[in-house]
Amino acid sequence: MKAHLTRRYRFSASHRLHSDRMSAEENAATYGKCNNPHGHGHNYTLEVTVSGHVDDQTGMVCNLVDLDHFVGEEVLSHYHIENLNTLKEFAVTVPTTENLCIQIFEIMQRGFSQAHLERVRLEETMMNSFEYTGGQADAMRR
Amino acid sequence: MVYLTRKAEFAASHYYHNPDFSPEENQRLFGKCNNPNGHGHNYTLEVTVKGEVDSRSGFVVDLKQLKEVMNREVLDAMDHRFLNKEVPEFLTKIPTTENIAIAVWQRLQPKLQQARLHRVRVYETPDLFVDFYGEE
Repeated sequence: MKAHLTRRYRFSASHRLHSDRMSAEENAATYGKCNNPHGHGHNYTLEVTVSGHVDDQTGMVCNLVDLDHFVGEEVLSHYHIENLNTLKEFAVTVPTTENLCIQIFEIMQRGFSQAHLERVRLEETMMNSFEYTGGQADAMRR
Repeated sequence: MVYLTRKAEFAASHYYHNPDFSPEENQRLFGKCNNPNGHGHNYTLEVTVKGEVDSRSGFVVDLKQLKEVMNREVLDAMDHRFLNKEVPEFLTKIPTTENIAIAVWQRLQPKLQQARLHRVRVYETPDLFVDFYGEE
């Protein structure tokens, strides 16, 4: 029997949306208040969904302790209480939540092999959430 | 195709233990969840059915019927129970969130008349849930 397990985490970070490839006017028009040079912050909610066969012996898709440990070490400790624009992956790429979703997906895919990675979902605010299921065409804003 | 989701809550206790493992292995795998006295959760259950909208009633499914089936087949059996001791599936299977989702699906699917079962979602806590789509 195949099941999908989702675990939620929380982290807080600041960012500024700005692209050096646009003029000041274009940045203001594209990003509005998010272009404030001092940045602004969010309490992000991260959902990681993995899937796999439910183990007959343990009743689990994967061991939650291992999943929590990996996410804690490789994702939360990297992004929590940080300014995303100061991180090397966002030196050139704009730290939109779309791009952050993709980064986290790639971290998970590279390092967590206990179950199949289905989806990374991020809530930027109560009103905006983003999901990435792997593959550029799948990034979507809801 | 329209999808309809009905939520319900139930409170239950459980513990994680495999009698084929040694006590040390049970402890290592399940930690505090291995305490044989059990611990509890307020589970949230979401049952999603799918179907076409009936042209006369405007319904995908009669919600009264769906609610009745959920109460009779799932909530009466699991609400305010010690899952490992009182629910037949969990006398031999560990009542992990995964196995609860599967058990709920297997209880509901044969009893739904109008719409088809699409997904069972079980929240063990607000930060942990399992989806089962009926995949073998």
